[in-house]
Amino acid sequence: MKLPARFRPVLFIVLLLVGWQVAIDRHPGQILPGPIAVAGGIVDLLRHGILFKYIVASLFRVTWGFSLAALLAIPLGLMLGWFQRGEMAFYPLIQIFRPISPLAWIPIAILWFGVGDSAAIFLIFVGCFFPMLLIAMSAVRNIPSIYINAGRNFGLSSSEFVTRVLYPAVIPQLLVGLRITLGIAWLVVVAAEMISVNSGLGFLIVDARNAGNRYDLVVAGMVIIGVIGLLLDLAMRSLENVKSFHWSSSEE
Amino acid sequence: MSLAEVITKSSGDGQKLKLEHLHMVYGQGAESVPVLEDVNLEVSDGEFVCIVGPSGCGKSTLLNVMAGFLPATGGTVTIDGEVVSGPDSRRILVFQERGVFPWLTVEGNIGFGLAKLSREERRQRIAHYVQAVRLQGFEHAYPSDLSGGMKQRLQVARALAVNPDILYLDEPFGALDFVTRVIMRGELHRIWQTERRTILFVTHDIDEAVQLADRVVVLSSRPARIQDILTIDIHHPRNISSPRYLELRDELLKQIGLAYEI
Repeated sequence: MKLPARFRPVLFIVLLLVGWQVAIDRHPGQILPGPIAVAGGIVDLLRHGILFKYIVASLFRVTWGFSLAALLAIPLGLMLGWFQRGEMAFYPLIQIFRPISPLAWIPIAILWFGVGDSAAIFLIFVGCFFPMLLIAMSAVRNIPSIYINAGRNFGLSSSEFVTRVLYPAVIPQLLVGLRITLGIAWLVVVAAEMISVNSGLGFLIVDARNAGNRYDLVVAGMVIIGVIGLLLDLAMRSLENVKSFHWSSSEE
Repeated sequence: MSLAEVITKSSGDGQKLKLEHLHMVYGQGAESVPVLEDVNLEVSDGEFVCIVGPSGCGKSTLLNVMAGFLPATGGTVTIDGEVVSGPDSRRILVFQERGVFPWLTVEGNIGFGLAKLSREERRQRIAHYVQAVRLQGFEHAYPSDLSGGMKQRLQVARALAVNPDILYLDEPFGALDFVTRVIMRGELHRIWQTERRTILFVTHDIDEAVQLADRVVVLSSRPARIQDILTIDIHHPRNISSPRYLELRDELLKQIGLAYEI
């Protein structure tokens, strides 16, 4: 039987699910709910109307934290990358902040913003800001000098230079950066919701465990998080396929 | 002003570019490297000048100084009596490779320097130069879809479109294969004959120099001085197996220190 290539991963997942269910049936216990129980959990969440509400709550926080980080980090990073003195001044500082996990900021976030949306958004912002800043800085530094010289040769003013050479030259790397940081944002929102709010997919997981060990709902939450993360990544990838954006990948 | 000065100024001797006592030193103090040493040259309007010399001698540096990308550490570059102090769209530098903007189509690249023209003028100018470099049918293609030779023709078209007085070409065909290089040579010569710009062409290819140039400037090894200037006194189209051609070619090979036989 010949199967189209794009159905092969689907078939593989189905096989794994069947294996999972068979293993659970043969060794019933407290280790993990089976896929049928998890599917039941998702139906439960849908019936109570909280699944959609929680997804929207999580996406709302991600949108704010990620957008604020991108809006601040990209212009700042482009500027620091362009003016070498700025980079020399800020680089050590950025390198110290960058390895601090966003989770380490949780107490500070609660101290500053209290328990609520703002604290979660702040955590996502912190998680996205430094990676995006570094990517924007290196994007400018990696512009081939030939484009810069060609731009200067045609007598562009500073603002023309920014819009017609600098911006198109860094776009491919910025898109990759946005894709990476959106992934980080989605990781951080789950952690933030476990501590600082009482809605969202992260909260769902903690709440399902605390309120009576509903592990079917825990795993259901994990599955939903994974699927939405995948969809976000696919959406960012489709941006990279716009012809005038993705030139770098085809040029080299 | 003396009478003689009035006459030379008003009659216009056709002189375009003048290099006077040009010096270039990279770095400072004990680590400084002299690259150009007392380079003097006059190029007349519409002339095709090739610059040859051993690799690493400072040919590209000289071109970058003339185009205003690098400030000379001594001496001056004068174009039409005006001292060059920076890059300017009246003189365009064409790079060896990767000089076209990969995010713009062929049309977009040719129109890059034409933002100040009206839409209609721009359209005409682009159409003219698409034709001139024979890229018809590729107007909407991106550079990633073009061959190496087509990209270089595109770069030349983008440069010509802004109507520059001088074209500086920095080994523009150096990264191309032999056959494409020979074809491009012919194309450049054809364009030069119809458009009549002053061209300064850096190359390491002796044949390229003898086939294209009115005069060939030979630079010494670093620090570069002008070692000799050869006038190529053969009419176009040039017969590349004529005795005079071979004589000039041998002379150039001798000048850059290469023997007749391998």
